[in-house]
Amino acid sequence: MSGSPLVAPVVFQLGPVPITAPVLGTCAVMALLAGLAWVASTRLANRPSRWQSALEIVVLAIEQQLRDTMHCDPRPYLALLGTLFLFLLTANLSGLFPGVTPPTAYIETAAALALVVFFSTHWFGIRRRGLAKYLGGYLEPRWFMLPLNVLSELTRTFSLMVRLFGNVMSGHFVIAIVLSLAGLLVPVPLMALELLTGVVQAYIFTVLSAVFIGAAVGSIERG
Amino acid sequence: MTIQMISILGAVLAVAFGAIGPALGEGRAVAAAMDAIARQPEAAGTISRTLFVGLAMIETMAIYCLVIALLVLFANPFTA
Repeated sequence: MSGSPLVAPVVFQLGPVPITAPVLGTCAVMALLAGLAWVASTRLANRPSRWQSALEIVVLAIEQQLRDTMHCDPRPYLALLGTLFLFLLTANLSGLFPGVTPPTAYIETAAALALVVFFSTHWFGIRRRGLAKYLGGYLEPRWFMLPLNVLSELTRTFSLMVRLFGNVMSGHFVIAIVLSLAGLLVPVPLMALELLTGVVQAYIFTVLSAVFIGAAVGSIERG
Repeated sequence: MTIQMISILGAVLAVAFGAIGPALGEGRAVAAAMDAIARQPEAAGTISRTLFVGLAMIETMAIYCLVIALLVLFANPFTA
């Protein structure tokens, strides 16, 4: 990462559309995950192969975490939230490869993911509770709390975006600075810290999305 | 002072003072969680899950300051 961390470098132009580095990184991560999922799920059987066992462990672990967080059956939300977690994990950890900046270190990727969570929260809430009842939830505990409820809806999406972007980008930026100041092996402890930060941020993004969706469908208190 | 010097000072002050509050808050949160785990080790899973989410919430304040500092340094609207 060189220059401003707020600007995504353009790799090439596709007609009038500039293709930036995070777009390429996102596509690479998606291709990797889709390929792995395809390989692991081609021959599903009752006596699971190695790939299928690994896949089942991952899916069941995510499902259990979501169940503990949302206090309801997480099956309808497992596809969205599980994919979100695996994508964020792969994207955050891709920064450990030399020369790769994680796609989540650009604010556009984080904004897109936060918008996905924002819209799917309302979608699940309306589908589960009906439009009138869902909108009525904004009048709780009293009608004059409506502006604050709407404001918190917007700010929590914004903080979801800034948290992911800030953590991943700052970790990567600090490594780049230390590398340019000190040299070859000095940033290795920082990279270990970056490993931890990447996993924790993926987990937190997923859990907070689960909390938002859980609050929208009414299984837990509005957070 | 030029606008660049003021910007650098502003970024330094934002990060320096913006880190104090979240640091104290995270310290208190971790101390309370350690206390709770020591008293009730069987609840460690629930406590650490809630702790992680809470720490992320607190840490966001420091990240806000960092983003403001970066805006001031790299996307300053006043330095043409």
